[in-house]
Amino acid sequence: MELIKAENVSKDYLVGEVAIRALNGVNFVIEPASFVSFVGPSGSGKTTLLNLIGCLDKPTEGTLTVAGSDVAGLDRRQGAAFRGEHIGFIFQDFNLMPVLTVYENIEYPLLMVQSVAAAEREERVRKLLDAVGMLDQKDKYPDQISGGQKQRVAVARALVTNPKLVLADEPTANLDSKTAYMIIDLMKKMRDEFKTTFIFSTHDQKIVGEAEIIYTLVDGAIAGRQAKGGNGNG
Amino acid sequence: MGNLFKIALRNLRRYRRRTVLTASLIAIGVLFVLAFVAVSGSFKNMIIGQITDSMLGHLQIHRKGYVASIDNLPLTLNIKPEAMAKLEKMFQGMPEIAAYSPRIKFGGMFSSFTETTNIRLNGVYPEKELKTVPLLASRILEGEKAIRKGEVVIPELIARGMKLNVGDTIVIIATNKDGSVNGKQLRIGGVLESATGPGGRDGYLHIEDAVEILRMDAMEISEIALRLKDFGRLDAVYSTLNTMLSGEVNKQGKPAFEVHTWEGLSPFFNIARMIDVMTFFIKLMLIAIVLVSIMNVMIMAVYERIREIGTISAIGTMPGKILSMFLIEGFCLGVFGAIIGNAAGLIVVLILKVVKITFEFGRQTGLVLTPAIDASEILVVSLIVIGVAIIGSLQPAFKASRMEPIKALRHV
Repeated sequence: MELIKAENVSKDYLVGEVAIRALNGVNFVIEPASFVSFVGPSGSGKTTLLNLIGCLDKPTEGTLTVAGSDVAGLDRRQGAAFRGEHIGFIFQDFNLMPVLTVYENIEYPLLMVQSVAAAEREERVRKLLDAVGMLDQKDKYPDQISGGQKQRVAVARALVTNPKLVLADEPTANLDSKTAYMIIDLMKKMRDEFKTTFIFSTHDQKIVGEAEIIYTLVDGAIAGRQAKGGNGNG
Repeated sequence: MGNLFKIALRNLRRYRRRTVLTASLIAIGVLFVLAFVAVSGSFKNMIIGQITDSMLGHLQIHRKGYVASIDNLPLTLNIKPEAMAKLEKMFQGMPEIAAYSPRIKFGGMFSSFTETTNIRLNGVYPEKELKTVPLLASRILEGEKAIRKGEVVIPELIARGMKLNVGDTIVIIATNKDGSVNGKQLRIGGVLESATGPGGRDGYLHIEDAVEILRMDAMEISEIALRLKDFGRLDAVYSTLNTMLSGEVNKQGKPAFEVHTWEGLSPFFNIARMIDVMTFFIKLMLIAIVLVSIMNVMIMAVYERIREIGTISAIGTMPGKILSMFLIEGFCLGVFGAIIGNAAGLIVVLILKVVKITFEFGRQTGLVLTPAIDASEILVVSLIVIGVAIIGSLQPAFKASRMEPIKALRHV
């Protein structure tokens, strides 16, 4: 069964009194454990689409189903609960809590969102710290580590709740090429290990090639779909 | 909850300078309130103590209507011996009463043979009077600290004005309730320091001398001053006495007695109330200081952390938790301010105590203030600060919790 299904999804924004159509009748299906990229120039609707998939926003028209739930039907609290249970987020600016250590940043969703027991919490955080290669940096604060290391911590934080889906909006935009490839490789490795679907947006052509399914967005509509290695039939 | 505290405390540490400045501002407010409360409270308590312990007693009982005419000291409104006996029996059954002193109050002429003036006098049982108003003895400046038969203790203003000394002979002349005049020669046994308030310039003599001067067939009492074991139970005893005496009616079927606390007899009560009102307003200022500083700092905290709020909201933190996170931050600021302020306040009060501030009140000079802070006052001020800190954080915290993650994440 598909993880995400979008049927004629549109999104309008009001800029002053003028309605701007950011997405226009988008249709797609994403299967579990996929490694998907949405590409396109600035203003093509990538971030809007990720926000809709991540239940941070609601479509103006159409139906968007994520993990069996219609995102338009979730209220504020339900949306928060849904995100906490099913979705992990990776941000362009890493968005780690500056007052928490690497370990505490990864632990945060288990403590403040899911209330996982201490022993299991420690096991899961350590496993992910090891997986992203940050175990020896666990007691450092975000301002004591590099951008690439911050994004590795963000990947671990996104995965620690065992989500079905991780959304990454321009995860490599603030990283150099070498580190960007490392982060994409890490995400792919995590997908293989945890069977989590990864969806990321980018306009970096070098990184795009790392995705297994590539949707190209132009002016709020899907202009093309490219699948590599037969891993997606959406 | 522990993790919310951890995050709140770390955020406070993150903006260390701002935290220190805000906590210091609150602490200064607390310090001033405590210093004011301690100094004004000790002034109030000292003056109340002076008034009650050197003249008035804690409570007084009169025949109904006496206090309204107290300026002319009416002898026609005295308490008859039978009624007095009844009252005494009642006092003996009340364990709250430490001592009582019946007084015959009257006005008369005071003559040194060469000069004559007016005088207000209290005829008292010396032992009972000194038990009821223990500071009276300390007001006797010259002579022995006692009131003996055949002697009169006169106010210092009369002694100075008429150049009289202890041991001199004088004559007291007074009109009794039937209108006839009588006089008695007495020796000056002591000179009494004046005190501010009603009765502060009265002379004292033995009650039996007063009976003789006024030619009373049987002793009739003008007022009974009462001293309580616990001054804090003043209102309770006042109400008990009122209830017990409400059953005593005169021939017209109206209440025979009236009871007054010192508050109803001394104008200083209004000053004491003013002090309480000023303390209240000082506390209001503290509330304003805490409210403005906490709201300001928390609004800034929310504004500066919009993206962080967006992040934690996006990853699924419930609005209630975000609200708690900021409320706890405000709470901790309030607690820091209260702790520092209380500590500084206690030190300042201790210094004031060591420095020994003296002041004058009316004709009384060299009164030494002994500022002290009640534990309950510290508790009240701390609760005000912490409560207001939480209230001041409510709006910013609520705003943070209601923030749309999508807008917050876009914030630059």
